[in-house]
Amino acid sequence: MSIRERLSGNEAAAIAMKQINPDVVAAFPITPSTEIPQYFSTFVSNGQVDTEFVAVESEHSAMSACIGAQSAGARAMTATSANGLSLMWEMVYIASSLRLPIVMSLVNRAVSGPLNIHNDHSDAMGVRDAGWIMLFSENNQEAYDNLLMAHRIAEHKDVLLPLMVCQDGFITSHSIENVELLEDDKAKKFVGTYNPDHYLLNNKEPMAVGPLDLQAFLFEHKYQQAEAMRNAKKVILDVSNEFEKLTGRKYSFFEEYKMQDAELVVVCMNSTAGTTKAVVDDLRTRGIKAGLLKIRVFRPFPAEEIANSLCHAKAIAVLDKADSLNGAGGALFEDVVSGMYVNNKYVPTVNYVYGIGGRDTTTKDIEGVYFDLQKIIDNGDIGNPYRYFGLKR
Amino acid sequence: MIDKNTPVDGLTIGGNIYEAGNSVKFKTGDWRSVAPKYIPENCKQCGLCFPVCPDDAIPVGKDQKRGDFNYDYCKGCGVCAKVCPFKAIIME
Amino acid sequence: MAYNLKEVVADKPSRFKSGHRMCAGCGAPMVARMVLRALKNEDHAVIANATGCMEVSTFIYPYTSWADSYIHTAFECTAATLSGVEAAYQSMKRQGKLPKDVDTKFIAFGGDGGTYDIGLQSLSGAMERGHDMVYVCYDNGAYMNTGIQRSSATPHFADTTTTPAGTVIPGKMQTRKDLTEIIVGHHIPYVAQTVPINNFKDLYEKSEKAIYTKGPAFLNVLAPCPRGWGYPTEDLLQMNKLAVETCYWPLYEVIDGKYKINYKPAKKLPVEEFLKPQRRFKHMFKPENEWMIEAFQKETDARWDALLKLEEITNREE
Repeated sequence: MSIRERLSGNEAAAIAMKQINPDVVAAFPITPSTEIPQYFSTFVSNGQVDTEFVAVESEHSAMSACIGAQSAGARAMTATSANGLSLMWEMVYIASSLRLPIVMSLVNRAVSGPLNIHNDHSDAMGVRDAGWIMLFSENNQEAYDNLLMAHRIAEHKDVLLPLMVCQDGFITSHSIENVELLEDDKAKKFVGTYNPDHYLLNNKEPMAVGPLDLQAFLFEHKYQQAEAMRNAKKVILDVSNEFEKLTGRKYSFFEEYKMQDAELVVVCMNSTAGTTKAVVDDLRTRGIKAGLLKIRVFRPFPAEEIANSLCHAKAIAVLDKADSLNGAGGALFEDVVSGMYVNNKYVPTVNYVYGIGGRDTTTKDIEGVYFDLQKIIDNGDIGNPYRYFGLKR
Repeated sequence: MIDKNTPVDGLTIGGNIYEAGNSVKFKTGDWRSVAPKYIPENCKQCGLCFPVCPDDAIPVGKDQKRGDFNYDYCKGCGVCAKVCPFKAIIME
Repeated sequence: MAYNLKEVVADKPSRFKSGHRMCAGCGAPMVARMVLRALKNEDHAVIANATGCMEVSTFIYPYTSWADSYIHTAFECTAATLSGVEAAYQSMKRQGKLPKDVDTKFIAFGGDGGTYDIGLQSLSGAMERGHDMVYVCYDNGAYMNTGIQRSSATPHFADTTTTPAGTVIPGKMQTRKDLTEIIVGHHIPYVAQTVPINNFKDLYEKSEKAIYTKGPAFLNVLAPCPRGWGYPTEDLLQMNKLAVETCYWPLYEVIDGKYKINYKPAKKLPVEEFLKPQRRFKHMFKPENEWMIEAFQKETDARWDALLKLEEITNREE
């Protein structure tokens, strides 16, 4: 029997971490992820976990300490947001290039500047090419579930890559929802133990980590990382299937919500998917064939599967909660349309940048997007593909 | 052994090396423009030269006595000759 | 047991191997090798290394010169990286995930760039948190790896590529940061300043104390760079000796807050003796620049006098 608890997204993440019982957690407080290390420190202080908690003096050191710990043979975890991730950036790349399956809770928040503590996805988008597996979570339940699956994916021998579980700052991190928790023993059994082949603390096989890797080798090492990321797709599906057997909760690369006959489709990530589902339900009662494609796995990007899912739509809107400031559209939009193009699927597609710096995203806004899509179909004209909603102008 | 022609599948992941101290396979002796010459008859085995060699090119036996230079690694810096009080090392 | 160099070298195999690619006559390898010789043969060690000369010369894929486990991540975070390794050890040992009978020691090496400057925050954090580790700074007084740019460890007036001795500004116009004192301010169990001279007794014994003192320890070790300082490579040990005899680089240790100066020259040599053989100070010897030598002497004397006072104060019987 699973346990039903009322938990905030941060609490859910901290409880997942408690059940995972990592050897080392190194973290530095930053709104809105601060509560995760706070809750976790309580578990440490009360002897509920075996973890060594390293209260580092910065996020750069948090990721450095995680890299040290994971190389040493430990399971290492951290949590951060926004500028914390920006400060880690150098080490985020090093973690993946050293092939260390570190797991991070990223509570998404706008990256400065100017300073803003509220939700958007600019922090995650800043590390989208860093070689981390990136899972997005619509709600508290998913933040919890994704964390429980994280180590199984990251530590798989065909993968060995770090993984971050994203959830929306405040919107889910600070909202209380009912969450179905696994019993501790079941969670522990599902997560399993970490048994690296090589690790620094193995006195029988001293090893060296982090070379100067010159022209003859770096290209091949990067290719190995790219292959690992490609391999991760199968592993993610396998682990998700196993998790479904255990919990009944189904996960894949993405969730297709009323997509079967959908003509107007919104693609988005994290909590906006919840808002969109309400809009889809409402539009469906009015006979409008609305659908939602909620991306869970952003890295590796399941381009072909997304293209196959979207190809029957008549118009698509991709919502980006971060502006790439490149004059040509947001990151998710670019990935989706290039995935469609490469797979020979064409559907009129537009991009909306929205929700920047915690700007509210309402059902009204999303409904407007679907109406816009209907206009595109009706007029046969995309107009400006680079759009905004929620912007005052 | 990994070298510059090793294909991708033959490389360790992340650039890890599991053979500690394997740089002894990389010879640095060809850096040398001048070489120290050991003159055993002058050597009092005082030990002053043992630790100063940056390249660990002065072998010391279990009997606490040094032998001739290991020219595979000696880069010819001359630090050993300079610290020798007995003219047991000359640079040439 | 009394220190015996020949015994140490004969009985403890080098853990810093040949085949590294540091410059001929570099002052750093002998420091690293002697520090590691202070380990008991049976103890395992994990070495962390900041980006810098030492790192890019000792672990060039696929060759490592380290006989122990070794990790390099980046420039500014060596202490934090090793914190993580040490935390992993504490946690896994406690949980019975590591063999009970193997002791592992944690030693970091960073140059003055990675320690005094870009890595200072990470070092301070690790020292304050009390990890059981030794941080060894090999101080060659500039960013030598990138081509002799000034650091906060660069001595006053030194000619570097970012403080060139010009016609208007004659070298580095700031005095050297005293990192050893900054670390003393962390109130950790063991802090020492040393340099390899004579039979390396001072360096070896301090390394041994640092490694086998529980909790954080810090060693600041002068490591001359023939290229950056501008002296003939063979004069390495002479440079070390002059640094000590002029009191430019005093040998001292601070054990649980008590200062102990390990060597007091009977007759302090004038700083000129240390400055003169080095090209980076050449401009100080122009007739119009005599004031610079005077200023350097004054600064050196003031720091030495302060150190003498600290020794006296911290050892005063109540």
